[in-house]
Amino acid sequence: MTGDTKGTNGMTLSKVWVFAETAGDNVTTATLELLTKARELGSTVEVVYAGADATTVAATAGEYGATKVFHVDPDGSLPGAIAGVALAGLVAEHHPDVVLFVQSYDGRDAIARLSVRLDAPVLTNGMSLSLDGDALVFGTAIFGGTVLVDAKLTGGGPALVAIRPKSFVAEPSGGSAAEVVSVGTVDAGRAGEAKVLERFEEEQLGPKLEEAAVVVSGGRGVGSAEQYKPLVEELAKQLKGAFGASRAIVDAGWVPYALQVGQTGKTVKPKLYIAIGISGATQHLVGMKNSDNIIAINKDAEAPIFGVADLGIVGDCHKVVPALIDAIKAHG
Amino acid sequence: MNVVVCVKQIPDPAVPGALDADHTLKREGKLVLDESDSYGVEMALQLVDAAGGGEVTLVSMTPNNEVSGLRTALAMGAAKAILVSDPACEGSDALGTAKVIAKCVERLGDADLVLAATESSDGYTGTVPAQVAELLGWPALTFSKHVEIADGKVKVQRQTEAGYDIIEASLPVVVSVTAGVVEPRYPSFKGIMAAKNKPVEQLTAADLGLADQVGWGGARQQITNVEQAPARQAGEKFEDDGTGFEKVVAFLETLKVI
Repeated sequence: MTGDTKGTNGMTLSKVWVFAETAGDNVTTATLELLTKARELGSTVEVVYAGADATTVAATAGEYGATKVFHVDPDGSLPGAIAGVALAGLVAEHHPDVVLFVQSYDGRDAIARLSVRLDAPVLTNGMSLSLDGDALVFGTAIFGGTVLVDAKLTGGGPALVAIRPKSFVAEPSGGSAAEVVSVGTVDAGRAGEAKVLERFEEEQLGPKLEEAAVVVSGGRGVGSAEQYKPLVEELAKQLKGAFGASRAIVDAGWVPYALQVGQTGKTVKPKLYIAIGISGATQHLVGMKNSDNIIAINKDAEAPIFGVADLGIVGDCHKVVPALIDAIKAHG
Repeated sequence: MNVVVCVKQIPDPAVPGALDADHTLKREGKLVLDESDSYGVEMALQLVDAAGGGEVTLVSMTPNNEVSGLRTALAMGAAKAILVSDPACEGSDALGTAKVIAKCVERLGDADLVLAATESSDGYTGTVPAQVAELLGWPALTFSKHVEIADGKVKVQRQTEAGYDIIEASLPVVVSVTAGVVEPRYPSFKGIMAAKNKPVEQLTAADLGLADQVGWGGARQQITNVEQAPARQAGEKFEDDGTGFEKVVAFLETLKVI
C-alpha cells in the first residue's frame, strides 16, 4: 500500500477505520467528511457498517478512498449497540490505529459499547484531527466554542474518536467500490435485546437543514407554536432555505426535535443563518456560529446572539419579519 | 419498581465557565442540579408512581462533597442518594464516570431501570448511559423522547436524525432521556424540608474498587493546548424604528440571496 503523505510532518497512520452511517439509501455526509479526513491521516482506510445491505456503502466508501467494508447485520437490533460489540472483535483482529465515529445517535451508541469492551477512553465532540509525528492530536471546543482544546491519548490501543458533523469538507478521491467483508450477525448478549420495531421520518419540505444555503431558525421570542409557521417557515420559504429551531422551543413541543440546531441538535454551516427571537445560549451558538453570515432579530439588545451576528436588528420579530417577508415578495 | 437516576451537579450555567490549572472545569462554589437531569428524576418519579411501589435512588459523582444539587432532586421526591465524593474523581472521563455509576447500581442490587439524561450540560459527551449499560450487561434505549413501560418491557421513541424510531427492550434496562420528555415538577416546601433528612450515602472511588480507574489517570489523555478561539467579529446592530427590515433586505442583496 502506498502511503498518502498529506498528514502533518509527512507521517501517516497505517490504518484508520470509519464507522459508516446511512440515511435512507445514502451514506450520510458526516460519514463522507470522516472518510475524507481518514485518507489524510492513514495510508489504509476501512469502513465498518451495521445495516441491511452494504452494496451502496461499498460503492460510496470506495469513491471516498476506503478499500474494505466490514458489514455487520444488526438483525433488527439497535445498530449502534450491535456495531459496538462487533467492533470489539474486529479491532482485536485487525488493529486499526484509530476508529472514527460521527457524533450522532448511532455513533455514540457504538463508541460507548466499544470503549467498555476495549476498556479504552473515548474522545468526543471532536472538531479537528491532525498528526504530531505518529501521535493523533484531537481538537475540540468548549464553553460554546470560545475556547479550543487539543488533547492526545496517553495509553496504547486504538484511539476511539467521535467528531461533530461539518468539521471537515467531504471530497471524493474517485476510487472503485470497496470490498465487502461480511461479518454476519453478532451475539451481543443483552445489548442486542434493544429491538427496532418501527421507524418514522418527520418529512421536512424544502432543502435539508444540514445542506441548505440559507437557514432560518426561531426561538422562544417567536411567541408560540402557532406563530412559528408564518414567521420562520414563511421567511425560509421565501429565501428557498431550511427552517430550524432553538432547543427551548423544541423542548416546549412547538416543533419536532429534528429541527433543533445546537449542541444537542444539528450543526449547520450555511451561507446565511437568520436567528429570529433566539437569545443565543452557548448550546445554540455551538451549532451555528460557523455560518458564513449571521442575521439576528431579537427584542433584547443584550442578547448574546448579537455578539456573533453580522447584522443585528433589535426589535419585535412580529413586526420586523412580516415586513421583511413582504419586502422580499415585492423584490421579486 | 426501583429506578436509579444518574444526576450530575454542575457549576451554575448562568456563570461563565472557567478551567483550573490542570484543565479540569472549575467546580468551586455552589454546584446545581444539571437541568437535563431534572427530566430523568421526574420520569423516574412518575414511573414508580405508576408501578404502585418501589423507590427512586439518585447516583452522583463529585470531586468535592457538594450536595446542593442532590438536595434539589431529593426535594422533587427521590428517596435516597449515593454520592461518590472523592477528589480522586477530578478529571474523570466518560468511561471512568460510567464505571462509578455501574458499580453503584450493582451495589444497590435491586434496580429495574437506570435513567440518565442523554448528555450533561457541561461535558456533553453523550456516551455515559450506553457505557453504563455495557458495564452492567444490559440493553440501552438511548436518546428517548417518549417512554412507556408495560409488562416488564420498556418501549421508547428514540430520536434519529430524520425523525424517530420505536425501540423496545425488557427490564432491567438503561434509558437515556432527552430534555422535554416530561415536565419536571418544582420541589414543594414540604419536599424541600423532607429532603434535608433523606439519606445520602457518601462513598469514595476506593470503596467501589475503582481508585485507579477514575480521575486524570483513568482518563488516559493529556491536554496539549488550550487557547481562545478566534472571536467572531460582531457586526452592526440597529434599533428597529419600523425600517429595520430594510437593513435586512440590503444585506440579503449584498449576499445575492435575493
